[in-house]
Amino acid sequence: MIRKSDQNNVTVTKGEAMTDSSNPWSTRRGFLKAGLAAGGAVAAGGAAHAAGDPLITETQPWAQGLGDGVDATPYGLPIKYEGDVVRRNVEWLTADTISSINFTPIHALDGTITPQGCAFERHHSGAIELRKEDYRLMINGLVDQPLVFTYEDLERFPRVNKTFFLECAANTGMEWAGAQLNGAQFTHGMIHNMEYTGVTLRTLLEEAGLGAAGDLKDKWVYVEGADASSNGRSIPMEKALDDCMIAFKANGEALRKEHGYPVRLVVPGWEGNMWVKWLRRIEVMDQAVQSREETSKYTDTLEDGTSRKWTWVMDAKSVVTSPSPQSPIKHGPGPLVVTGLAWSGRGAIERVDVSTDGGKTWQTARLAQPGQPMALTRFYLDINWDGSEMFLQSRAMDSTGYVQPTKAQLREVRGLNSIYHNNCIQTWWVKANGEAENVEVS
Amino acid sequence: MSKYRNLVIGTALATSLGAAPALADKLGLGRPALPEEIAAWDIDVSPDGTGLPVGSGSVEDGEMIFSENCAVCHGEFAEGVDNWPKLAGGQGTLDREDPLKTVGSYWPYLSTTWDYVNRSMPFGNAQSLSDDDVYAIVAYILYSNDLVDDDFVLSNENFLEVEMPNAEGFIIDDRAETEYPHWTGEPCMTDCKDSVEITMRAAVLDVTPDEEGAEPAAEAAAPAQEEAAAPAEQAPAEEAAAAPAEAAPAEVAAVDPELVAAGEKVFKKCKACHEVGDGAKNKTGPQLNGVLGRDIASIEGFRYSKTFMDMVGQTWDAASMDAFLADPKGFAPKTKMSFAGLKKEDDRAAIIAYLQSLQ
Repeated sequence: MIRKSDQNNVTVTKGEAMTDSSNPWSTRRGFLKAGLAAGGAVAAGGAAHAAGDPLITETQPWAQGLGDGVDATPYGLPIKYEGDVVRRNVEWLTADTISSINFTPIHALDGTITPQGCAFERHHSGAIELRKEDYRLMINGLVDQPLVFTYEDLERFPRVNKTFFLECAANTGMEWAGAQLNGAQFTHGMIHNMEYTGVTLRTLLEEAGLGAAGDLKDKWVYVEGADASSNGRSIPMEKALDDCMIAFKANGEALRKEHGYPVRLVVPGWEGNMWVKWLRRIEVMDQAVQSREETSKYTDTLEDGTSRKWTWVMDAKSVVTSPSPQSPIKHGPGPLVVTGLAWSGRGAIERVDVSTDGGKTWQTARLAQPGQPMALTRFYLDINWDGSEMFLQSRAMDSTGYVQPTKAQLREVRGLNSIYHNNCIQTWWVKANGEAENVEVS
Repeated sequence: MSKYRNLVIGTALATSLGAAPALADKLGLGRPALPEEIAAWDIDVSPDGTGLPVGSGSVEDGEMIFSENCAVCHGEFAEGVDNWPKLAGGQGTLDREDPLKTVGSYWPYLSTTWDYVNRSMPFGNAQSLSDDDVYAIVAYILYSNDLVDDDFVLSNENFLEVEMPNAEGFIIDDRAETEYPHWTGEPCMTDCKDSVEITMRAAVLDVTPDEEGAEPAAEAAAPAQEEAAAPAEQAPAEEAAAAPAEAAPAEVAAVDPELVAAGEKVFKKCKACHEVGDGAKNKTGPQLNGVLGRDIASIEGFRYSKTFMDMVGQTWDAASMDAFLADPKGFAPKTKMSFAGLKKEDDRAAIIAYLQSLQ
């Protein structure tokens, strides 16, 4: 059994794991309550006991008995203790989960690669199950020879490997009018970053031949998916020939159903809606189709009622992922790792600054790796927290010299009704007890 | 034109085109697309009318077709139900707080409406409408927005004559001129502002999904919580399908597991409106657990149409369900069931087996 000792420490009797839900350390709120009850900051895990830490002095069951054999899980999932690191939905956003979106738990991840299993999903007619055997990809329109490829055909073209972020244009879209959702997962979780394997769109277009298209400057490539929504988008030929990919693997394995298995389009740096899933057709055209997804949606209404269209590129942006509302500080004052993600659709992240005082002063954070074009960059700021409240902000700068704007700067140009492309500086109010809240500051 | 486009047109494109492959670079993979294949998939319609098929549809016909196929989500007058999109109204709201963006107030091209209805609607039964039905529905949406009169007939011939109110309401991405120059350069590092005050707090709004669902999972091994953390895809429906006979009445015990599995696949057409399995709730349509053997219109809390209320006292059995699914509107006219029906007997048999497995 688990019981509290006089010192407010938890003692685990030999042979029993710390699994009882009465353990006050097992939840964030419980932890904070317990911590406060004990008179402020406590160091839970490593505290010295009079008689030594029983986790060390007493033989533990995992050190005595045996674990699972191989093949216990032929395809492994995260250990049960990480069961809260999952995609989550905001029910009131959409009428139905079939045409909806959920959010990557970025507050609980580190590094830059997003595991497929918790990378956010956005469907317009649900995630379909399409077998490789049933997969066909058509190229038609202004090409020399309209072609049909099978999945096997695609695997015979020369392959490339590239890592890119995918951000939904609506990421942070609920925050235009004010601080609304309390967690980095919800404010910034419409993003993931994967290493893709596939062939370039250019390779396939050239296989079909672009002679029939004539002058390519004003030509378009219309792409659509095999699902009921088909989610058609028009992409300018320049981009199509530049860096778009037809991807069939992500992070080394097949795409997940929810990300377009067996084949999706990759449009580096541009809004996620263009990364058509279950890609089934590519048409070379002399005009944009002006489909639903590029007129009625994914257009940005300005204050005067006019709207920007073809706002494809995702501008430089960053967010502190921890500490944040879902990832409070539990250890009290002292060494603290402030970390977050930065990205830009217009190039590589070159620098990230962090402010702990709401933007009065800034320090340049450490990039875990040099920024790569159109991919997530991890940053760290290692500080000695004095236990006083902070207004944490991060500010990304990319290789074009662009500096991530404040929400006030964005609103000044666009008003409050843009929905999409909100790349503002985010503020977390970290309180003395370590909890954090999404706020706006002057 | 955006900075990006100018840049690319000027440089990258020139070089990439210079390196355009000779025919010899082709690998000879794939096969020629047949004309009938292209015709089947290439259905996009452009603003200039390219791609529009010959056909027509009236507002009058559209009202009926819309009512049967679209109103369940979009409302009888295209005003929208619950959180589903409103298709009418909103003119003059684009520069106000919370603009209402509809076909009438926002969509710049009529071709977009035709293309989208034709390729993706109705939700859960896409590409089931005839060309004339699509013309009629689009005509009715125009009428709902006061853009045409009630005797209007939309056709491929007059399509381009319809004026969309917000046709001139769009500009091409101008961030390269209006934003990038202002937000570029060395930023302030110290003494950037005098004071910092909180002006808004998310906690005050309290619209964030509750953390309770996630927190217990952090409590290590408590068994109930492992289930909660399990992926939603291992949904009850699948479990039920895997073990259909055990819990079911004797007459259902003979249900063929393969047929049940096939029925589960067919049921995907129904999922937009109907839930099944543990915790199934009423959506646009009632939840369907145990629907076979259930009295018609007997689920509490679901607002049935008059047609079904008039059938109270009858029971759903395999025969009546088969008749309903074969021709929903023939079996029960003017209900919320906008589904066109399952023409294949095999599909109906499979779905009935699946529904029987969900007792």
